[in-house]
Amino acid sequence: MDPAAQTATLRGRVTSRWRAPERAELLLGALAVGLLAVLATLLASVFTQAWPSFSHNGLAWFGGGGNVNTQLANIYHSPADPKHYVYTLHAWPLLYATALSTGLAVLFGLPFALLAALFMVEFAPPGIARLMTPIVRLLAAVPSVVYGLIGILVIVPWVNDHLVDPGFKLDVKPVVPISGGSLLVAALILAVMIVPIMIAIIADALRAVPRSWIEGSAALGVNRWRTMWRVAVRTARPAIAAAVVLATARALGEAIMIAMVSGNYIFAPNPLDGANALLEPIQTFASTIVANAEGFTVKPFGQTLYAFAAVALVSAAMLSLAGWAARQPLRRYGIR
Amino acid sequence: MSALAPPPTAPSPPRTRPRDSAGSWPLADRIGLGLCWAAGISLALVAGAIVVYMGYQGLSQLHLHLLFDHPTGDVDQSKSGGFLDPIEGTLLLTAIGTAIAVPIGVGVALWLVEFGRPAPLARAVESVVEVIAGAPSIVLALFGLTLFSKPVFTFLSFKPSGAQEAFGRSFLIAGTMMSLIALPLVVGATREALLAVPNHLREASLALGKTKGATIRRVLLPSIRPGIATGATLGMGRIVGDTAIVIVLLGATLGTEPADGGFFPANLLRGTGSTLTSYVYDNSPAGEGNAPEKAYAAAFVLLLLVIGLNVVAARLSGGRAGGGPAWTR
Repeated sequence: MDPAAQTATLRGRVTSRWRAPERAELLLGALAVGLLAVLATLLASVFTQAWPSFSHNGLAWFGGGGNVNTQLANIYHSPADPKHYVYTLHAWPLLYATALSTGLAVLFGLPFALLAALFMVEFAPPGIARLMTPIVRLLAAVPSVVYGLIGILVIVPWVNDHLVDPGFKLDVKPVVPISGGSLLVAALILAVMIVPIMIAIIADALRAVPRSWIEGSAALGVNRWRTMWRVAVRTARPAIAAAVVLATARALGEAIMIAMVSGNYIFAPNPLDGANALLEPIQTFASTIVANAEGFTVKPFGQTLYAFAAVALVSAAMLSLAGWAARQPLRRYGIR
Repeated sequence: MSALAPPPTAPSPPRTRPRDSAGSWPLADRIGLGLCWAAGISLALVAGAIVVYMGYQGLSQLHLHLLFDHPTGDVDQSKSGGFLDPIEGTLLLTAIGTAIAVPIGVGVALWLVEFGRPAPLARAVESVVEVIAGAPSIVLALFGLTLFSKPVFTFLSFKPSGAQEAFGRSFLIAGTMMSLIALPLVVGATREALLAVPNHLREASLALGKTKGATIRRVLLPSIRPGIATGATLGMGRIVGDTAIVIVLLGATLGTEPADGGFFPANLLRGTGSTLTSYVYDNSPAGEGNAPEKAYAAAFVLLLLVIGLNVVAARLSGGRAGGGPAWTR
């Protein structure tokens, strides 16, 4: 054998270890583990940054008291000496507004999404049904900044002109500016944004309901509506739960659209104002970060923003995991 | 009579009741059906209203020169230029994000489906993908800011004079974070595609003595290409439409501004800029520009881009009924 060929075989033997069948598994597994590391770094770095804000306030961070706008201004203007940084913050209005806007959006959105999904899967004539999928996808694809633009240029002025009671506006002027940008607008647009997500998940589950169950029900003389409502919707209940949870996660993380249409003033809508409470401005955790994105240069202010991000991250992560868990029972119908 | 004879065809019995139509249903059921129709139609109306309104505003405000002019900070709207730089920014950011997300996403999906052991690790990775998919993009933006401000990562942005930390805002950094929002879509689409590959293809390849690695490279990757393309396109759509990461991580300069020093394209990638989304935000009453005409024009272009990407994704995923909820994640 000539030397060149010999080295070739040798090299073949040496590299064969490196070319072992496990190489692909190790390489791809390293990628996957890398993803775990990314999430760990994400959690660690956000919480390290957020820690001073939480530790200075303790549980009062989540409580009420004082005006958050003034508190944030004080934090922003805190002295340059790290020993005298101001961190005092009672973020209840943000927490309350986040929960309220998210809850209202899901409340508006869920019945609508469920009915629309039923329509899409079962009741629409074939021509219209074919049209519904692109429509839902379109609504899901519109960027949030476009929703925000339409909101701030069309809906907010309309609400200000037609729904806001001028007397009420004048009465509360010393406490809170009312401009049309409000909880109501934010929750409505948020509902439009999360409905496509819910429709997709619910419709997918409705389609996967075993055909024989539906046929069995129909063969017993049950009409189409009752068949769908009593058999298909019940089978799809885990998907409905998952849809609600995932939509909630999406809604509470929405920043840009809310920052644009919600009046840009941190306030906890007062239920005692009745229907007017819906027209009061809000700010959520996520939207406060966007509205103050220039403030990162001031250290305590930046850390406070990180605290908002930490709360949003933890709640969104919990909800995502819950949604994932809620969907597991559907695996047996072939939905992953 | 042979067993293969066709079954006797009996004349169908005469109908004893009219065909089941909604007219014969109880009132409650008819109301339910009516609500279904109402929900479906109003969904179509909302979508139609958005498209028609944005189309009308966009077409009446969009002038060709806007697409080719650099933006300037002028208050006078006739002199504030167009949005060439934001378009460049959007394209550049999408390219970076997709370039990072696709290989990683495909790799993770391959590992999950083809290996996925130890099982607990696989479940952990699956749930991490879910968490990343659900993480608000503003949180990812803040994560990027604190991570890439570390002096170690100065090479990704630049160090402002007199500062201890890196600037932490550049195309590379924003693109890296953008890859995180595209990643779950790529993983989801690739996984769906992999699970749809029939097992006998894998078995045939293994029976021929190919290693698992070779099977993946030569058999699986070619057959899941449309799935990968779908995921990548959906990811691009998500990246194009994201605003929060841009506002925090792209330095909020109006034009594309390469970093000082270095050569093209390194200085450009380390530089700052804007995208269509941040341009729309800045020109809306919520931002500083307050030029609704410009915002409408840019939003129209943005919407066209996003819809185009989604149409491509729908075409690519073709045939598959429903397409699965992969695009929502």
